[in-house]
Amino acid sequence: MQKQEGKQMPGAQILIETLIEQGVTDVFGYPGGQVLNIYDELYKASDRIRHYLTAHEQGAAHAADGYSRATGKVGVVIATSGPGATNLVTGIATAMMDSVPMVAITGNVPTSLIGRDSFQEINITGITLPITKHNYFVTDVNELADTIREAFQLAKSGRPGVVLVDIPKDVQTAMGTYLPQDIVPFAEEEEVPDAEIDQAVELINEAQRPYIYIGGGAAGEGMSDMIRALAEKIDGYVGCTFMGLSALPNSYERFLGMEGMHGQYASSMANKDADLIIGVGVRFSDRATGNTEKYAKGAKIIQLDTDISEINKNIQVELGLVGNIVSSFKRILDRCEKKEHPEWRETVEAFKAEGKRIRDKEEETAGPALTPKKMFDVINAVKDADTVIATDVGQHQMWTAQYVDFERTRRFASSGGLGTMGYGLGAAIGAQIGSGDRTVLITGDGSFGMNLNELATAVTYNVPVVIIIMDNGVLGMVRQWQTLFYGKRYSNTVLGRKTDFVKLAEAFGAEGCRVWTLEEFRTAFETAMQHNGPYVIDAMIDKDEFVLPMLPPGGSIDDIITSREEAEE
Amino acid sequence: MKRFVIAVYVENKYGVLTRVTGLFMRRGFNIDSLTVGETEDPAYSRITISMHGNENDKAQLINQLKKLYNVKNVRQMDKDTSMERELILIKLENTPETRSEVMAAAEVYRAKIIDYSPRTLCVEVTGEPSKINAFIEVMKPLGIVEMCRTGAVALERNRCIVDK
Repeated sequence: MQKQEGKQMPGAQILIETLIEQGVTDVFGYPGGQVLNIYDELYKASDRIRHYLTAHEQGAAHAADGYSRATGKVGVVIATSGPGATNLVTGIATAMMDSVPMVAITGNVPTSLIGRDSFQEINITGITLPITKHNYFVTDVNELADTIREAFQLAKSGRPGVVLVDIPKDVQTAMGTYLPQDIVPFAEEEEVPDAEIDQAVELINEAQRPYIYIGGGAAGEGMSDMIRALAEKIDGYVGCTFMGLSALPNSYERFLGMEGMHGQYASSMANKDADLIIGVGVRFSDRATGNTEKYAKGAKIIQLDTDISEINKNIQVELGLVGNIVSSFKRILDRCEKKEHPEWRETVEAFKAEGKRIRDKEEETAGPALTPKKMFDVINAVKDADTVIATDVGQHQMWTAQYVDFERTRRFASSGGLGTMGYGLGAAIGAQIGSGDRTVLITGDGSFGMNLNELATAVTYNVPVVIIIMDNGVLGMVRQWQTLFYGKRYSNTVLGRKTDFVKLAEAFGAEGCRVWTLEEFRTAFETAMQHNGPYVIDAMIDKDEFVLPMLPPGGSIDDIITSREEAEE
Repeated sequence: MKRFVIAVYVENKYGVLTRVTGLFMRRGFNIDSLTVGETEDPAYSRITISMHGNENDKAQLINQLKKLYNVKNVRQMDKDTSMERELILIKLENTPETRSEVMAAAEVYRAKIIDYSPRTLCVEVTGEPSKINAFIEVMKPLGIVEMCRTGAVALERNRCIVDK
């Protein structure tokens, strides 16, 4: 091998060269005083790395997050010091809570001015300490390249997360040595010992009512096929958490969908009745389990996770397998016996029938107006397997989780852990840019109002994102809780705004239309899906639509609410 | 609620202590004491934490600490196989009525009088935290002016926190 001499260049250029070396082709961000040098180098390298300018740093952070969810690559966001950096905070926390790999790069004032409350100075490493996997404050230009390399390694390895690198301006301008390096393979995750795999296999072989419960950690390479193979082999069923959506095709007959607070009746019931739960990359969050005292009391639980601290964190499990999820799962699949559980099949099929009955009943009572369920029937019929679905947070998000038929992995971008309203538009733009596939953002008038400025970004880059605003003039999810638990005192949830989203779309340079009926919606959606650029559909729905079924907070499946009348009793 | 002692081997870098203590805050761990100091290798520091909790709290604390990038290893200091010490400086009123009792107790506890002035005297005691607690109890009626404990430090007898 030829010995390579390092090249002398300023820190800002070292940064860009290292990003390119790490395989980065797209970055999102917003320039400012303390990142001028970085933007200067981006300008010079614009044939090798594309930068997308958003309307606000928060939108850039969500875009990097959506980009990562749709591609599996590390999302990259750049912001300046002070307000630029603090504007990233919600985006970083959102990605971190959902274990999305992301590298955030911020500029800071020169080291000589640090700690003096200088103009646009902020201690962003301090601020993001609890919401990053790790962060760095770079003080030596010759450590910059390795720091960036380490940041990418950390963001993606083990349980993915966000890494922030704060680079003071003098480090960006200082001359340093850059020596290109190959991407180092990730440190091997530990393999689960054979004895533990055998223990798991034994529990599975003994089980009469096995249930596989998948989460965000089940999106690894080849998992979708292996999960189906295991379900067939052990004659079990599969349910998922919110973050597990899109890991399996909804059409798979053993897949019961999401469980939890607004989950499907069948999956919540199967979870309750199972005698063995195989949790794969799940963290048993409160929204998924309800009252942990009553959760899965009759079942033994096996938990597969890459993060040891998830074992026994929220729920005590029989057996925790810590290590590479994909390989552990494969070893279990290879070793367990082929089983038949006709009684279990019968039970779960009955749950499925009851779940369908509940849903059909809802539909009958709904009348002729535009309802969420009917809208999703249209969306499912028109979209294709590659369409990416992004959402904001609220009722529309839960309807998406309940009704959208996902067909393949990495087609869903939604803030599950943090529940960030205003996440959707930025994320949809990032997901579309990353995947190259048409993206549909399902949002509400409340959430959309938070970060609608990113429409400008979608127009600038002519991103084909279809924005469906489920417009009910209220903050529907909070209103639903007020209806149920706060005596219908609708405190500050009736928006009463006069915003015309169609004119707004036009003002931003996008297309838009308003629909009241199902037929209008169908026509609009078909048009939008063919449109070359962003398209806003303002879909008027009733303010008193409910997300059902619902398990009241802290309740269990025994407290399930399946109809409005039942809810209001 | 059991008491346990955890040793954390960390990189001796700016901000590492903040990362460790920040973790306690956001995970809601309530610790009794924390000490930190350089180790035989100046590139690393050793943090000793003592806390009360159940087995689950302990496991969470250890596992969450292990996830911090600057943390190289975490071990529980088992009571039977490790040595634990704490130091206290305790300043007492120096009066003719209490002086002799303080000095007698210091003798029994193998404590040292490290300062003697007309108004106060100061005693240094080293030992296991239970001994320190007992000494404080004895001193309470004798007029404690102020005191300062270091918190526990611990080493295992037959093994190291990192391979040597």
